[in-house]
Amino acid sequence: MARITAGVATSHVPAIGAALDLGKSGSDYWQPLFDGYDWSKEWITKEKPDVVVLVYNDHASAFSLAVLPTFAIGCAERYAIADEGFGPRPVPEVIGHADLACHITERLILDEFDMTIINEMTVDHGLTVPLSLMFGQPEAWPVKVVPIAVNVVEYPQPTGNRCFELGKALRRAIQSYDEDLNVQVWGTGGMSHQLQGPRAGLINSEFDHEFFDQLVQDPDTLKKVPHIEYLREAGSEGIEMIMWLIMRGALGKKVKELYRFYHVPASNTAVGHLILKPTK
Amino acid sequence: MNDHEEFDDIPGTTVFTTKRSRQGFQLNQFCMSLMTELNRERFRSDERAYLDEWPMTEAQKQAVLDRDYNAAIAEGGNIYFLAKIFATDGQSFQQAAASMTGMSSDEYAQMMISGGRSPEGQRSIKEGR
Repeated sequence: MARITAGVATSHVPAIGAALDLGKSGSDYWQPLFDGYDWSKEWITKEKPDVVVLVYNDHASAFSLAVLPTFAIGCAERYAIADEGFGPRPVPEVIGHADLACHITERLILDEFDMTIINEMTVDHGLTVPLSLMFGQPEAWPVKVVPIAVNVVEYPQPTGNRCFELGKALRRAIQSYDEDLNVQVWGTGGMSHQLQGPRAGLINSEFDHEFFDQLVQDPDTLKKVPHIEYLREAGSEGIEMIMWLIMRGALGKKVKELYRFYHVPASNTAVGHLILKPTK
Repeated sequence: MNDHEEFDDIPGTTVFTTKRSRQGFQLNQFCMSLMTELNRERFRSDERAYLDEWPMTEAQKQAVLDRDYNAAIAEGGNIYFLAKIFATDGQSFQQAAASMTGMSSDEYAQMMISGGRSPEGQRSIKEGR
């Protein structure tokens, strides 16, 4: 049977991708950020996951306002890299695990999570920057990916509770897949940041650190945090952090924290990164 | 306060609601069209003519021509869509964000390096916290 062996959370700032792609990762500005992922890169080389179920949000790349699903899952064999306005990132295309994705989709919908099914889409920095941070710049990504896209662009985003419950259903779905696969679940986005209006540049490291602690130890309290609190405390784009709750829900009740990293700033954003291991 | 009154109580922030999504639909769809080099070239060569192909309001078109992102957001624009415009201009997200704050790019970049904008006094207008 498929096993969920770890959860990874990371921010997915576009400028991080640009820094890597343009060869600036060793600069004074960027090096402290990339150094924070050295441990993780080594760890994941040893872990060798077969598949990453990657929870992220599309940033007006695959989904326009014509159709905007709240929760969507990619069942495709492969995903091309989106052109976000400056040409596609020079990274390998993303290979899906269509069979696992179809299984998860069926299980989730029968478990009353009404997923939108995607058979063709491009993927943007929300999905590729986490891959770059964890795997660097390989010729081909060393994992297959099942993308789960969450609407965090238009209010109302799904509640923290719904995200956490989706994570639990995802756990049941993955664990019922009849092939021995090493599966990781990643939650991306965040942490505190605001990209718009006169309040742009807001960072709330106190909120971010509390979020880290509660995600690890007390997600049942964290899942109740309402939209307005994210908006006031973590900035209008900080609400992306609800996607970390999907990852956390998929890991079961207790987890062990293997690694934590926090860095301000990457462009406009506080970067947070966490690696968790489910414990029995 | 209901949700929407609470949103208006957050200083310097516009929450992209379903209503704003309706208001800004054509503006945001125009932004999406800039995801091909062909369309970016057409836009660059005659911005006004390109915009006139879209059933946008005059205020929306003017906000785009002026690169006034606060005005574009007031007209229903969403920052992730507007990002296609400043990407077309070769501008970074940080430069575009700075332009909405009244700070210079350098001042804004320095604020971010110093830990970003503090949330103190930035949470609620009515409660002054």
